[in-house]
Amino acid sequence: MRLALLLPGLAFLAVGFVLPLLWLLRISLAPQTGDGLEAQTYAAVLGDPFYWRLAGNTLLLGAIVAVIAVLLAVPVGLFLARTTSRWRGVLVSLAIAPLLTSTVVRTYGWMVILSDRGLVNVTLRAAGLIARPLPLANNLTGSVIAMVEILMPYAILSVLSGLGRLQPAHEEAAALHGANRLRVFTRVILPLALPGILTALLLVFVLAISSFITPRLMGGGRVFVFGTEIYNEATVTLNWPLAATLAMLLLAAFAIVITLYGRLAAHLSNAP
Amino acid sequence: MTSLPRAAWRILIAGIYLFLLAPLLVVLVMSFDTKPYLAFPPAGVSLASYAAVLANADFAQAAGASVLVGAVVALLALGVGVPASLVLTRPGWRGHAATSGLFLSPLLVPHIVLAVGILLVLAPIGLLDSYSGLILAHVAITIPYVIRTVSLSLGGIDRACEEAARVHGASAFTTFARVTLPLAAPGLIAGGAIAFLVSFDEAVIALFIANSHVNTLPLAIFRYIEFRTDPQIAALSVLLILGSVLVMLAIERVLGLRRVLERPAK
Repeated sequence: MRLALLLPGLAFLAVGFVLPLLWLLRISLAPQTGDGLEAQTYAAVLGDPFYWRLAGNTLLLGAIVAVIAVLLAVPVGLFLARTTSRWRGVLVSLAIAPLLTSTVVRTYGWMVILSDRGLVNVTLRAAGLIARPLPLANNLTGSVIAMVEILMPYAILSVLSGLGRLQPAHEEAAALHGANRLRVFTRVILPLALPGILTALLLVFVLAISSFITPRLMGGGRVFVFGTEIYNEATVTLNWPLAATLAMLLLAAFAIVITLYGRLAAHLSNAP
Repeated sequence: MTSLPRAAWRILIAGIYLFLLAPLLVVLVMSFDTKPYLAFPPAGVSLASYAAVLANADFAQAAGASVLVGAVVALLALGVGVPASLVLTRPGWRGHAATSGLFLSPLLVPHIVLAVGILLVLAPIGLLDSYSGLILAHVAITIPYVIRTVSLSLGGIDRACEEAARVHGASAFTTFARVTLPLAAPGLIAGGAIAFLVSFDEAVIALFIANSHVNTLPLAIFRYIEFRTDPQIAALSVLLILGSVLVMLAIERVLGLRRVLERPAK
């Protein structure tokens, strides 16, 4: 009975999830000629400085986006956790609703804002602040700005759930015992918020290093990261063993980051 | 004395909110522009872009396909996710933790990785660039969302109601259909809605497996803005956003958006 209820779901997961991952592994290990399994493609990728630079770019982009997104998400999380406004529900929804609108559409919105004839450049020029348009689109700057905004709702959600335990009483108690505002923040609020902030950093980082729609559209062909390279190899060059190998390496990066995070989170929750 | 920092704090929060909502607001404004190309500020207000979108056969076809794929995905994900949730919310058997983990694991794998895998699996069986292939992939990635939302609802049900039904002679199936299902209805609606939305907005896997045949709204927009930008695409984007907002409102009504979207802090 139990198995019968689980079986349809398991069947879909087997064909649509487990099999594709196994196939990915198999193709990544396919030799150039003949049958069998070899690590040829891995050796080629790991021996090529181009892919090391690509990996460096990707991790750097992920780190920059994660740090900025979390820096912006923390104030919003703090605000939402403490506000007693009757609009709180609406404000929470507004902060996370962008998650449910298409990444393609939001990237397009940023193209409109940041391009040479976009909102920012036109406004600055009209105000006489700049003579030539700032290079905000079709480059790394534009990709970072758009990715921060697109991934920020995840960070807000994580920070907010981490702050679920924060109560006005904590702050009041600290203040009553003579702590000033800075001390209340560093000794009361920050320790409580830290696990949520860590989750937010991790989540935005892993989503950023695996993204390709925004770097591809906002990068204007000038931003090369793992995602854009995998897409090129899989759909343009049609070098599937290479695409599979790069995807497996990305998955490995994911596994490493999540494992490290698990260790860190366990360490934090054990700390006094 | 505290009023100045307080005001600065409010301005900071308002600024971040503006940043967060900026692309959506800008797309909305541009969609009413009268210029044939995209540039600020808008030259005038008209519905011409909307008329152009509605008259565009390519967009109409993509919109129809998106809604159809989303609906089929939602029904399939509910169809296989609800029975699984029934079992997974009653722990205490061997392999429960592992099975539960397996059902939620698609959340942990980046879509681009899965997209390459799906491409490699669909290619040899001739399902590349087919809607069935796309639906299969979307069901796999939406099952975890359905399991989570439905489990939320099932977990809140008072087991005494089901026991009372059984004591009074109802069969297992009748108990499920007449007691459990109605009580879990909010979770079912929210689960179906979120599955529809994830599929409706999904572009990564679609881009990897689609070619000339498969065309959904996010794909149509992606392909269009890769080469040009004009107010027509803004109007199409607004229609896509409106579709998402309507479904979101439904989710917020029945279960609460935050509970559905929150990822397990694990």
